[in-house]
Amino acid sequence: MDELRNRAKELFEKGEIDIFIGYEQGTRNPRPIFVGNAEDTQKLVFNDKCTGNLAVYLTRKDLVKGKRVGISASYYALKSIVQLFVENQLKEENLKIFGLANDGKIEALNSLDEIKHYIKDTPPPPKLEDDELIKQIDAMSSAERWAFWSDELSKCFKCYACRAACPMCYCTKCIVEVNRPQWIQPWASTLGNMEWQINRVMHMAGRCSDCGSCSTACPIGIPIHLLTHKMSETVKANFGDPSDKGNVLSTFKPEDKESFIL
Amino acid sequence: MEKKYISHNSLMNWLTKLNDEGSQIYAPVAKGDKTDYKQITSVEEISMDHIQTTQSAKAVAFPRTEKLFSYKKENGDVTLQNFETTSIPETVVFGIHPCDAAGFKPLSGIFNWDTPDLPFNERMKRTTLIAVSCTQCDEFCFCTSVNGSPGNTAGSDILLTPVKDGYLAEIITEKGENLADKHSTFFEADPNINKEEYLAKVPVQFSLEELNKKISNMFESPVWKQQSERCLGCGACAYVCPTCACFDIQEDAHGSSGNRLRCWDACGFSLFTMHTSGHNPREVQSQRWRQRLLHKFSYMPERISVRGCTGCGRCSRACPVDMNIAEHLTEIASL
Amino acid sequence: MMDNSNIYLPHLMTIEKITQEAPGVKTFRLKFKDEEAGNNFEFKAGQFGEYSAFGEGESTFCIASSPTRKGYIECTFRETGKVTSALAKLEEGQTMGFRGPFGNTFPMDEWKGKNLLFIAGGIALPPMRCVIWNALDTRENFGDVSILYGAKSVADLVYKHELKEWDERPDVRLATTVDPGGETSDWKGEVGFVPSVLEKMNPSPENTVAIVCGPPIMIKFTFPVLEKLGFTDENIYTTLENRMKCGVGKCGRCNVGSQYVCKDGPVFSKVELEALPAEY
Repeated sequence: MDELRNRAKELFEKGEIDIFIGYEQGTRNPRPIFVGNAEDTQKLVFNDKCTGNLAVYLTRKDLVKGKRVGISASYYALKSIVQLFVENQLKEENLKIFGLANDGKIEALNSLDEIKHYIKDTPPPPKLEDDELIKQIDAMSSAERWAFWSDELSKCFKCYACRAACPMCYCTKCIVEVNRPQWIQPWASTLGNMEWQINRVMHMAGRCSDCGSCSTACPIGIPIHLLTHKMSETVKANFGDPSDKGNVLSTFKPEDKESFIL
Repeated sequence: MEKKYISHNSLMNWLTKLNDEGSQIYAPVAKGDKTDYKQITSVEEISMDHIQTTQSAKAVAFPRTEKLFSYKKENGDVTLQNFETTSIPETVVFGIHPCDAAGFKPLSGIFNWDTPDLPFNERMKRTTLIAVSCTQCDEFCFCTSVNGSPGNTAGSDILLTPVKDGYLAEIITEKGENLADKHSTFFEADPNINKEEYLAKVPVQFSLEELNKKISNMFESPVWKQQSERCLGCGACAYVCPTCACFDIQEDAHGSSGNRLRCWDACGFSLFTMHTSGHNPREVQSQRWRQRLLHKFSYMPERISVRGCTGCGRCSRACPVDMNIAEHLTEIASL
Repeated sequence: MMDNSNIYLPHLMTIEKITQEAPGVKTFRLKFKDEEAGNNFEFKAGQFGEYSAFGEGESTFCIASSPTRKGYIECTFRETGKVTSALAKLEEGQTMGFRGPFGNTFPMDEWKGKNLLFIAGGIALPPMRCVIWNALDTRENFGDVSILYGAKSVADLVYKHELKEWDERPDVRLATTVDPGGETSDWKGEVGFVPSVLEKMNPSPENTVAIVCGPPIMIKFTFPVLEKLGFTDENIYTTLENRMKCGVGKCGRCNVGSQYVCKDGPVFSKVELEALPAEY
């Protein structure tokens, strides 16, 4: 933790950044903080409870526009950052990134290539609990699965915390807010809630870092990250690892499987 | 106000009886680590171990989605079917805490400001609130900072305070009296107990007087930007809040007929105030965070003489990035 | 309003007449289907309503006709969003909805004996047209009536027939202008933006109320000109157009500080406007 504080402090002292996005101690768990000077870097913390994906703030124009930004990024946040680069949302020269490994090691990642190598060389933090839940859901009959998701999604009140917490949801006008035509019912109801989640997950295909922030953010506790987690697996199995040539929704390759077209 | 005693068993039997007689009962039901109000069919489902349910009980009178009226179009002509009041069932909400019961006053203030809101009022008319005093609290609770208390009777029709094996029952309103009188045999004589001894000790986090003094004159303060930096702009805080009442009106069209719906909305959303022209009076999140706090602590007291916060702490618990409202209010009060 | 009435239930209105004012801009003349509701309906200049296209929703516009003209109301709108596009598809004889009147009014009584100067830009003439006709129909109550109206182009000018009528009236002084490049070969009005034409017009502030309505950019540059001409804030009025859903102070969209545009507005004097936080 001291190392993170000192290295962030150093960036300020050298005049290399204007703000540093990290975690500070919150009410129960660490929460995001925007450090604006060398002194305040001493508020920074990092531990295994720092789970929110800070990359979500990198596309918030009101916070970062025109600023040189330092950020402490977990494994999943790094994956999101790579994807944001692929989607032309970030500029390398404005970013100083510290990769934060689960073992507490801090690594300065100074270019997109370095992040990519880091991710390649670092095993993803295991998601044993999610894998287990997916296994349980996979084992359900389709009627049981429908009942499970109908019950879970009936509770959704469309606060869109899942969208707000996701680094990939940076659109200024989301499909749920487009009303000509109205693609998705804007009010909360089981079917409309499903439409929303199905759309959200589809838009994440090949882009999702699998960080699980959507679900952590959900105030009702709906395990919606299982949908993106499962989708990530499916995409990987069918289309291979994501490349920097775009995501599976926006690219077409002649060898793409089209088993879904009857 | 009449005081009585009811044992736990009698309470459960009373609720069962009310349910059997046709009242729908909403009560806290636990699933996983979350507890929320649900319509129950058996008292077995009720769970009282929680400190706070995820959502408030406001949906009883202000559902997340509600039909305001229906329409039918035929050859360019239209017929309307008004809001149906007769189908609203008698409802008993059991197990809300005093902070939730108190929340119905600001809600009613908004929905009755000069023009009474038929759907809200018709639902309230048929709803009886049986609250249960708090015997435990957590670090997010701050009812005592906003003139509430864990045993506050305001807003409840009946307030039960857990004492020994049963409850001290304070029958507060006529509605509460009617409900208790329906089955008076379940109740026993006033146990003559000092209920304060049984209540949670909720520490006062800030001076309301100081807050009131400062908050109405700080529209231009830099505090809003600084406090709101991490705010993600979702609607979680508003949706779990017992007093947030902002809504949208939408059309649920099915061919030539359909319904006009009212659904929850939130001032934290970036498009909430966006004009069709693209002009947005509240362009950035700091303006929206300011709106949230000023609306609750300055505009509502000024315009409808009631504060838009009961200190339940739900918004802080629900926030994905720990926008702790009591912490922010404490900061403002000590500016 | 009676306790058991539903404030969200619109009146059904028959579209009696549709006038195409400009590209994408139409005026509807509406008549209450329920005769009794029509007879009981009263409003004052400046008030607004919520207009329904059933199947699409509601949209907020002022009442564009004058309260002195009984038996109908009119609204003028531009096709911009989901609801206005649906309204624009309706035909004469068909049914739409109306809720209102909502909001406050222009203080026509206070203005008795004064000169009126109307300054409007683009699609903001409709809220002012209500006041203009109200003043012209009770002409003896007011001094000079001057109107300055500007639009992007000649085609975008609304109420072309009425502009002609006002132009021909000896008791009205009318100036029309279009943005540079928006003129046609036979255009006889001014060419230039509203604030500079106003400066050229050089109206006297003496015993005069200025009513300004237009896009934010026009208002921003018109106020300083009025100030320069000697108009005090007490004698400048405008009407705000915040996003609204309910129209009756509940849905939470239109408040600017503690003021609700739907209840305390939409009409504000410049004194009141200056007291509002800059969030409109």
